[in-house]
Amino acid sequence: MKKNKMLIEQLEKDTSCCEKRQLSLYLHIPFCVKKCLYCDFLSFESDQEHINRYVITLIKEIEKKALLFKDYELKTIFFGGGTPSLLNGKQLCQIMDAVKMHFNVPIHCEHTEMEISMEINPGTVTREKLSAYYQAGINRISIGLQSANNQELKLLGRIHTYEDFQKTYQMARSIGFQNVNVDIMSALPNQTLEQYKDTLEKILNLEPEVEHISAYSLILEEGTYFYDHYEYLDEETDRSLYELTKNMLFEKGYYRYEISNYAKTGHECLHNEVYWRRKEYLGLGLGASSFLAEKRFKNTNDLNQYLEEDFSRYEEQELTKQEQMEEFMFLGLRLTKGISLNEFESNFKVSLYDVYGKEIKQLMKEGLLCLDDYHQHLTLSQRGFDLSNYVFRYFLK
Amino acid sequence: MSIDQSRIRNFCIVAHIDHGKSTLADRIIEKTGLLTQREMQAQVLDNMDLERERGITIKAQAVRTVYKAKNGEEYVFNLIDTPGHVDFNYEVSRSLAACDGAILVVDAAQGIEAQTLANVYLALDHNLEVFPVINKIDLPSAEPERVKEEIEDVIGLDASDAPLISAKNGIGIEDVLEQIVAKIPAPTGNREKPLQALIFDSLYDSYKGVIIFCRIMEGTVKKGTKIKMMATGAVADVVEVGYFGAGQFLQTEQLEAGMVGYITASIKNVKDTNVGDTVTSALNPCSKPLPGYKKVNSMVYCGLYPADGAKYPDLRDALEKLQLNDASLHYEPETSMALGFGFRCGFLGLLHLEIIQERLEREYNLDLVTTAPGVIYKVFKHNGDMIELTNPSNLPDPTEIEHMEEPIVSAEIMLTSEYIGSIMELCQERRGRYLGIDYMENRAILRYELPLNEIIYDFFDALKSRSKGYASFDYELKGYEVSELVKLDILINRETVDALSFIVHKETAYERGRRMCERLKDEIPRHLFEIPIQAAIGSKVISRETVKAMRKDVLAKCYGGDITRKKKLLEKQKEGKKRMRQVGNVEIPQEAFMSVLKLDEKK
Repeated sequence: MKKNKMLIEQLEKDTSCCEKRQLSLYLHIPFCVKKCLYCDFLSFESDQEHINRYVITLIKEIEKKALLFKDYELKTIFFGGGTPSLLNGKQLCQIMDAVKMHFNVPIHCEHTEMEISMEINPGTVTREKLSAYYQAGINRISIGLQSANNQELKLLGRIHTYEDFQKTYQMARSIGFQNVNVDIMSALPNQTLEQYKDTLEKILNLEPEVEHISAYSLILEEGTYFYDHYEYLDEETDRSLYELTKNMLFEKGYYRYEISNYAKTGHECLHNEVYWRRKEYLGLGLGASSFLAEKRFKNTNDLNQYLEEDFSRYEEQELTKQEQMEEFMFLGLRLTKGISLNEFESNFKVSLYDVYGKEIKQLMKEGLLCLDDYHQHLTLSQRGFDLSNYVFRYFLK
Repeated sequence: MSIDQSRIRNFCIVAHIDHGKSTLADRIIEKTGLLTQREMQAQVLDNMDLERERGITIKAQAVRTVYKAKNGEEYVFNLIDTPGHVDFNYEVSRSLAACDGAILVVDAAQGIEAQTLANVYLALDHNLEVFPVINKIDLPSAEPERVKEEIEDVIGLDASDAPLISAKNGIGIEDVLEQIVAKIPAPTGNREKPLQALIFDSLYDSYKGVIIFCRIMEGTVKKGTKIKMMATGAVADVVEVGYFGAGQFLQTEQLEAGMVGYITASIKNVKDTNVGDTVTSALNPCSKPLPGYKKVNSMVYCGLYPADGAKYPDLRDALEKLQLNDASLHYEPETSMALGFGFRCGFLGLLHLEIIQERLEREYNLDLVTTAPGVIYKVFKHNGDMIELTNPSNLPDPTEIEHMEEPIVSAEIMLTSEYIGSIMELCQERRGRYLGIDYMENRAILRYELPLNEIIYDFFDALKSRSKGYASFDYELKGYEVSELVKLDILINRETVDALSFIVHKETAYERGRRMCERLKDEIPRHLFEIPIQAAIGSKVISRETVKAMRKDVLAKCYGGDITRKKKLLEKQKEGKKRMRQVGNVEIPQEAFMSVLKLDEKK
């Protein structure tokens, strides 16, 4: 834990020494072979022709928008979806080339190379594809496994088996990927403790071991097949699965640095931290969200409109100071490290206590927030993690 | 303007709910030509939006039309609409007193129902000439001959030449109009005598002030007459008199004996013009008032609170305004530990309560919390005092109470024979006392005495569901009886929540307490800590449930940095919390205060 803190502090120092403003990129690839039954994100099945056109359009968007970011230097890049691994090697290469050509890519940071992540669906990759991704500069992959139980995978509507995942994982390792995340999901309909434990064990026993694990509970989102057909798992089981995740990952040396993210020290996802720390990011592609100069906005959700090169801002919202402070709290507190009182004060020119004194006092009394006097950090307690929404609501005015 | 009394017909229509009373009224107005068909909005007489939506008549209304009969003469019809529901029986009764005859509408498929009987007896009590009309004859299930027989057997009215009509489709309306002329007697009364007029309704209008709806029995009234209300003693100068066009007031010179119309005078408060009171001339009064005036008493009480405590003055203003139009609404301020400032309100019945609540929410844009309705209990103390208890929280300490009494009603339930068993069971469950049963063909009238507090919640719904909708029900207050009553308190997190207390019979207390706890357990959201919910009589806890502590409230995913979506979710959750009431350190949703109403619902 200590080691990790030092590392994050080190990183902060690094970033502060850079002259240029930093920018993260999110690139959205909305296509899927088949939409999963629980998924409510902007993704859909499509044909090759649309994917081709999409890549061309995305590159145009990169060229056009990069002009506005001459003073910025890229910090992280993230390909999300949908299924970004539906792109073939050449397509990804073209996109990466465009990014490198039009944005300022740091020549080399001494301590770490720029994190470039990509979400991978095990049912969609070949050795050639993965090598091409690696060659193009992807240095972190996030594999959507969800479960190591083939029956559960089928129930979720996933297109792959656990064996497909194993193949993909070994392939990635042999190609040279050294930073790998695996997504797992708990509280699936009728899931038992034993079934879930088996999934966890299989992942924890992978050779070589994974660097990062994202562990979520299933959420039944309105409008999905799951929402209409299933109910949430009973609370007793849900909580036992959750405790099991925490305990087993802790034993294996994974550090829970965010509500649902666990990592080996030094392998925290930097791109995610950008979101929680309210650093600037530009979203490219269909429906992608951006945060720049205290403004939040999105790209169009309409594929045809996007393909006609509508790159304008939708749902643009300039955050008031109040909203900035709210976000600072409910995003920053997601991280185990919590929020820094000094940072709050230097950002907003007002002390945290003057703004949220009453709320903090109440939440501390309820045992949901902790104050680290020495470092002047406010963090969620263990229970606070479980009830984070309850805590966050306090900070909304 | 003077009209020959022999050309006037004052009448009303009585029927069981849904048998087509208002539709027939519409047809009569339409056929008599005061309005063209195009001008007619469906159900002209039902003025309030609420009436039209619910398809029921709440306030008595009147309309004057002119009919040219087959004999070539023109007749003035004054049609007075009456509410059908038992809650408004008193208003029905006053409306009937303003008439000389009544049309009895019976559904050709359903036949006689409980309210048919109740209303017909009421009409006969007022010495009205009643003739039957059989409606909905175009329904496939219509059995007009059977219904005719029923009318003759059960009520004893001659139904041999009863018009067979469909009010909805305008069939047979002419027959009805001719029978009005032929069968309903013309009014009597002398226009030279001292003024004597019966108030059958009143309305508050922000321009005209109080508008009195009345039937002139004797004498004449016109602009400038100094009038006096005989019961309240209020005196005022008449500003205007007139009669009722469809949906509008038509001014006229004077109203004379036998006529139905309205009077406006310098009266500011509906309370001064009680329905049933007699209007006379202040200078030349009649010797005695018309019979039948009685003060209307509230039967059902409940607490009304603004959902947002800051809206208390708004609620007060709204109640004041509503009372101007509804003299039967009573209210007085009260304070609850749980709900803050509000009002204890008295109503004629549960339907009346619902209507007032809806009008407050709709017309005055108020968000309300309603506590469980209760009846008036009489509490006799050892020291000889008697308290009329309308709020359970005011029950004296049990050691001071000698005994208590509760209101009892006598009820008539009309049903088809196959449901007798299940409805008798229902009545037994509700502490009913069996009085008897009368059979007629395949139907029966079941007579029970029931405690009022057993029927004000959901008796009607239970009756409908257990008889698949075939049972109908009517009741009247019989009097008070000694009863073993206890106050059931609800403790949430060990604190008594006054707004949830209710009075219940000792025998059913345990069951009610248990269901109440179960219900509240579902209604109260989980908190950071465990919340015991207890039902107690005095200090004795008779039931307990627990709302477990909250263990999980997490939003895990964050897709591609879409923070806005996350925040919206948090804000929505926060909004939900605003609709809660804080009691101690527990937040209780407003719906929970109505839980007691839903105790019989199957989960």
